[in-house]
Amino acid sequence: MTHLVIVGNGISGVTVARHVRKRSDMKITIISAETKHFFSRTALMYAYMGHMKFENMKPYEDWFWEKNRIELVFDFVSKVDTDSKKLSLKSGKEISYDKLVLATGSKYNKFGWPGQDLDGVQGLFSWQDLELMEKNTANPVNRAVIVGGGLIGIEMAEMLLTRKIPVTFLVRESRYWGGILPLEEGTLVKRHILEHGIDLRLNTELGEILPDENGRVRAVITKDGTEIPCQFVGLTAGVSPNVKFLEDSKVETGRGILVNDYLETNVPDVYSLGDCAEIKTPEGERNRLEQLWYTGRMQGEVLAKTITGERTIYERGIWFNSAKFLDIEYQTYGQVFGELREGEAKFYWEHEDHKHCLKVVFDEKSHVVIGLNVFGIRLRHDVCEKWLKEQRNLEYFLENLVEANFDPEFYESFEQSVADAYNTQFGKTLKAKTKKGFFASIFG
Amino acid sequence: MNATTPYFEETHEHKDLSGVKKIGLALVSLGFLLLFVSASGIAKEQPTLFSILIFGSIMVGTLVYVLPQLKEGPAGIKNNNIFFDSMTSKGAAAWVAGIFITGFYVLLYWFPQYLENWIRILDPLSFALSGGPASQWFLYGTFYTIAVVFMGVRMIVKYRHNRYQIIRTASVMFFQLGFGFLIPNILKAFNQPEFYFTYFWPLKYDYLFPNSFEWLMSSGGIGIFMFFWGAVMTFIATPVLTYFFGKRWYCSWVCGCGGLAETLGDPYRQLSDKSLKAWQIERWMIHGVLAFITVTTIIVWLNSSFGGGILGDLSNQFSQTYGFLIGAAFSGVIGVGFYPIMGSRVWCRFGCPMAAVLGIIQKFWSRFRITTNGGQCISCGNCSTYCEMGIDVRAYAQRGQNIIRASCVGCGICAAVCPRGVLKLENGKVEGRYELNDYVKV
Ligand SMILES: Cc1cc2nc3c(=O)[nH]c(=O)nc-3n(C[C@H](O)[C@H](O)[C@H](O)COP(=O)(O)OP(=O)(O)OC[C@H]3O[C@@H](n4cnc5c(N)ncnc54)[C@H](O)[C@@H]3O)c2cc1C
Ligand code: SF4
Ligand code: SF4
Repeated sequence: MTHLVIVGNGISGVTVARHVRKRSDMKITIISAETKHFFSRTALMYAYMGHMKFENMKPYEDWFWEKNRIELVFDFVSKVDTDSKKLSLKSGKEISYDKLVLATGSKYNKFGWPGQDLDGVQGLFSWQDLELMEKNTANPVNRAVIVGGGLIGIEMAEMLLTRKIPVTFLVRESRYWGGILPLEEGTLVKRHILEHGIDLRLNTELGEILPDENGRVRAVITKDGTEIPCQFVGLTAGVSPNVKFLEDSKVETGRGILVNDYLETNVPDVYSLGDCAEIKTPEGERNRLEQLWYTGRMQGEVLAKTITGERTIYERGIWFNSAKFLDIEYQTYGQVFGELREGEAKFYWEHEDHKHCLKVVFDEKSHVVIGLNVFGIRLRHDVCEKWLKEQRNLEYFLENLVEANFDPEFYESFEQSVADAYNTQFGKTLKAKTKKGFFASIFG
Repeated sequence: MNATTPYFEETHEHKDLSGVKKIGLALVSLGFLLLFVSASGIAKEQPTLFSILIFGSIMVGTLVYVLPQLKEGPAGIKNNNIFFDSMTSKGAAAWVAGIFITGFYVLLYWFPQYLENWIRILDPLSFALSGGPASQWFLYGTFYTIAVVFMGVRMIVKYRHNRYQIIRTASVMFFQLGFGFLIPNILKAFNQPEFYFTYFWPLKYDYLFPNSFEWLMSSGGIGIFMFFWGAVMTFIATPVLTYFFGKRWYCSWVCGCGGLAETLGDPYRQLSDKSLKAWQIERWMIHGVLAFITVTTIIVWLNSSFGGGILGDLSNQFSQTYGFLIGAAFSGVIGVGFYPIMGSRVWCRFGCPMAAVLGIIQKFWSRFRITTNGGQCISCGNCSTYCEMGIDVRAYAQRGQNIIRASCVGCGICAAVCPRGVLKLENGKVEGRYELNDYVKV
């Protein structure tokens, strides 16, 4: 019987295992070194904040694996020998495979800052990082400094606030999540960060982390020379693929494990996906790293087909993502970049409470919509995707916005306010469709 | 509307209001202390003074504890520290609370004589409302209503950013205060039957028993109306409303048991058991209870139409057993007493025959469902954790499937706590509500 061995029990590896099991009877083993059972990395913050226990973070009950004949090995793969098709584990055991999937995820970045290895300095990616964070914040922390203005940084800030630890948030760019969010949205998030009492410092880079006599962090110094006393430093300046264990293997790596559009590596019968995979693109373009929950899952669905004999290309489809900045939810569909690209124009609406906004980026000439960002309003994934595929224009989006609305019942509706903003900005007289009336909504 | 409005450059300092909240807690504790002291009988001489002192400090204390949250920071999902707090994570405090409430129910149902001194405190209020002295049920009703109303305020403050939660909570508060407390007592004052318009068979099982029929029919016009009201609610309104709105129209908007679960019980909703095993037990138990009460009802009617001759004492035994096991032990002692240990909806999930009926309709003939939004689920598990009915909502959401479960009471908390906007409670076309969306390959 073919033996499929998967390294890494994150969303990527587990999705492959589940889908292969649905399609085939082959022997499946997952080896992972972080936790015995698959858990949701996306919920790490909720464990620290006391919203959930580890039990609640496991998407499948423990009996699931045996029932589906997926063998779990709790160990670390230290060496991959693709000639003899053997893996060496840290415990000394060896496992041979017929097909191998590398889904080893990421680790957080350290950019060689002086003092980055001091006690009390850490990033957040794994369950062990979370345990360390518990330890590092168990003693009184008068201030924490977070370095790096991305998604994990703001999550870490929220986590610390629930322990009543004051937070200073250093962001190198001139706005929060500057590479991704346009100015208006970045500003909206900034207001909200400040509203939560977080000391946000834009255009500020970490210079050095200073130790006390016991080798614990006592302060950071920014590049402009300001010293900020603190007892905890969070490093949240991005993540990078976990590939070190492949150093002396024949599997080709760059920033991550290099794969083609079928998620195949340079070695036959060895595949990779998820955070650790670097997808090669045509000459001239930068290879893609897709470090998201969603992409890991979608890649897993595709790779399971390839492994079970139906070689299938991974196509990303229409882009989507979502996040939550403290109390404000965010969704994005299609392509919205930090700065408009050539030939693009934008429409922006913001509610006067500064907690809801909509940005639509469209083609300057045809007005066909290229992408949208939405904050504080939930939109329907299927409707947005359909409209983007059908190349609907800006006016169509705004007129029919109510159809895409996914907010809970009784919520305030924003559609006409959005249309009014459009009318003012573009000199039009658009009337947005409204919610179905009471009777229509009951019987329709 | 415009992005040019200047925003503040300063961070907001949040006031530390924990001192005020402690005063609130102290007041609540004082109220309970007085309550215990008055069990000795010292309050009997001064019932008005004591009832004002006891209930006043509990009610005011709750507000003083709850309202500062409005100033503590922006509204949002704030389930912070729930799993660290002894009271909400099955710690010592939770066991104390559980034993206290359970003990109260045991006295209430089987040894009301020990509650005598408390009951007497409420005489003034009872005379004012119903024209007669208080009974143990009046005492119970007063506690219950205070809990729903004041913990309802807490619920509204907690979910003040969510209109569905505000309206729904206001609705259970209204129905408990009006239909669960004031109206039945005022009816008594006018020598009418003490009738609860918001309870019907099979939850209020004896409303369709022959003796209720006789009791109401003999009470004149209003009584006849009441009997038919109950029958219409059971056989017509229940299926029709559930078809259009799902069982939520009752379970999380009207019902008093649901009302208590959604208010007093809210801090405990995360304790429900989400395992597959629990779901299997649930289905056997709840349908078993429904079968039990249906058989009991049929037997008592058969018995009464044959003049008690054929079945003899059997029907009495059936209805007494049901009353003891289900009506008292299950719905009260376990259902509420075990809130701090087993979560807030144990009765609703495992025992309530009304929920069983509503659930069957919801599952097979209803427009209600919780829609899953495309591929946006990150499997974080907030929805499952906070589902008081122990539904593993995530299991559906992460495979792009709508949630249609007999037990879902439509409280909407799963949708509220979801950090990615994945869930929406909706009524829509019956066809296709079970279809998977095609964002996640199952
Ligand atoms: C705090 C946080 C919040 C996030 N929130 C979101 C979000 O909201 N939305 C979103 O889309 N994404 C989010 N992400 C990113 C998302 O979690 C990741 O993209 C995703 O988990 C990657 O899955 P994966 O299966 O590829 O890898 P991982 O989940 O990293 O799994 C890899 C596993 O392999 C193990 N492993 C590595 N090397 C070895 C070895 N040699 N031997 C044995 N085992 C090994 C690792 O220990 C790990 O358990 C978040 C990430 C973090 C840290
Ligand atoms: S599934 Fe959602 S709406 Fe239904 S009972 Fe559970 S939390 Fe409430
Ligand atoms: S539906 Fe929402 S709350 Fe539930 S697991 Fe998915 S993302 Fe989390």
